[in-house]
Amino acid sequence: MVDVEKIRADFPILEEKVYGKLLVYLDNGATAQRPLPVVDRMTEYYLKYNSNVHRGVHYLSNKCTDANEEARREVQHFIHAASEKEVIFTRGTTEAINLVAYAFGEAFVGEGDEILVTEMEHHANIVPWQMLCERKKAVLKVVPFDDKGELQLDIYEKLLTERVKLVGVAYVSNVLGTVNPVREMIARAHAVGAKVLVDAAQAIAHLPVDVQELDCDFLAFSGHKVYGPTGVGVLYGKEKLLEQMPPWQGGGEMIREVRFEKTTYNELPFKFEAGTPDFIGIVGLGEALKYIGKIGVAEAGRYEEELLHYAQEQMRQIPRLRIFGEARQKASVISFQIDGIHHFDLGTLLDQMGIAVRTGQLCAEPVMQHYGMTGMVRASLAMYNTKAEIDKLCEGLRKVEKMLNV
Amino acid sequence: MSIEEIEREIVGEFSVYDDWMDKYAYLIEIGNGMPAMDEQYKTDDNLIKGCQSRVWFYPEMRGDLLYFMADSDAIITKGIAALLVRVFSGQKPEEIANADLGFIDEIGLTQHLSPTRSNGLVSMIRQIKMYAIAFSAK
Repeated sequence: MVDVEKIRADFPILEEKVYGKLLVYLDNGATAQRPLPVVDRMTEYYLKYNSNVHRGVHYLSNKCTDANEEARREVQHFIHAASEKEVIFTRGTTEAINLVAYAFGEAFVGEGDEILVTEMEHHANIVPWQMLCERKKAVLKVVPFDDKGELQLDIYEKLLTERVKLVGVAYVSNVLGTVNPVREMIARAHAVGAKVLVDAAQAIAHLPVDVQELDCDFLAFSGHKVYGPTGVGVLYGKEKLLEQMPPWQGGGEMIREVRFEKTTYNELPFKFEAGTPDFIGIVGLGEALKYIGKIGVAEAGRYEEELLHYAQEQMRQIPRLRIFGEARQKASVISFQIDGIHHFDLGTLLDQMGIAVRTGQLCAEPVMQHYGMTGMVRASLAMYNTKAEIDKLCEGLRKVEKMLNV
Repeated sequence: MSIEEIEREIVGEFSVYDDWMDKYAYLIEIGNGMPAMDEQYKTDDNLIKGCQSRVWFYPEMRGDLLYFMADSDAIITKGIAALLVRVFSGQKPEEIANADLGFIDEIGLTQHLSPTRSNGLVSMIRQIKMYAIAFSAK
């Protein structure tokens, strides 16, 4: 069992007041909060050890290098990667996907090849592929979802031909909350020789991720959605594939030897880590994974599922409220709309009550278009949220309805 | 009334309310009270870019005064637009272009309706001033 009160005590921000009201933070899908151990560890490194990694001969540099590499092993264990060489630090999910779109694209994608994505992807898992397709004269194809928010796997099956080089799919949809059957999708893609990138940004804090069990070729996530800092993320890639891909960015760290005639590149994972990384952020990410590891992602996920069911049940009591996303497998993301109320008004008035939600197109315009919406309101829950906070949300929604006379 | 006199009036009206929910309720009332904009003016040309909600402004010169019509699909944005229409509509373009809009601060609008891109306050003011500059040049 998750001890919510104990967890909450690690997140001082949850005690903050906004406009004089106790904060109810329901925007975890955008960014989760960081617990004290993460902030403390980063502060410790800033105050005591800050020094550039992988370069110096001196004590501080070695200290930071060790911590950076320890964090890499922490990530490796967290996602069950076969080797730490398969863990590349990036700025976030977006950069990780862009890296693959470039480097995998250079190595494996040519004219007439196809890239498959789904209709429910975040823009970060659409636009880099469009750019790749433009560069290589390849073709982007889209797997649609049904109105419940589940992928139409029969169409996926049909679209999977030998022309498909790569499939990009979200583990969990940032709008609909759908947990996609990525394991099955990966197996099917592999059957036609296609590789698969899993966007795990919305999954990483909510369900256990095992890259070997999934057999995914790439997987990307961001630190700040798993209680770590912003500005760091991870690209997991199978060693064999990464070996065959050219570097993406050039610079320090990623090289073996630099000659004006010819430069040779460093080995994995450094080949893909040009320049000074955000090593203190990386240390923070390692600490965040340790933190949630102690609680247990599966445990946290079970608690969040209970919260999700409670929230949906309570919200359905509001007659004009419509929830988007009713997949059988759903994570703790609730996108909704109240008939006759603009999402901006709803979000603004909830904010006045101290309730933080996301509004707008949620970086997923195709999902909005699917439902013919100009925007939605999204409440996304984390392991520190409570039923009392859900009650406050519902109370807030009723207040807004009253204020706006609908 | 001059722009400044109207601003004073608005500040006075808002000062009655202590609680921000009441201020919002009043803003919503103002939005609801603004006459609906004729659909023919809700064009892409009249759409203000950079808001999370859609908001339209339509300028019209009558004599030497500039008038505005506005609308939005979000009621709070419509309330903000209505305040701006009330302040600017029927004024000389030169005066609109030079207005400093202190009332927004005084109502507390900048704190609570921070001029972020989501509510479009900044974009609306920018557009109104651009219209004013364009018309005063004519």
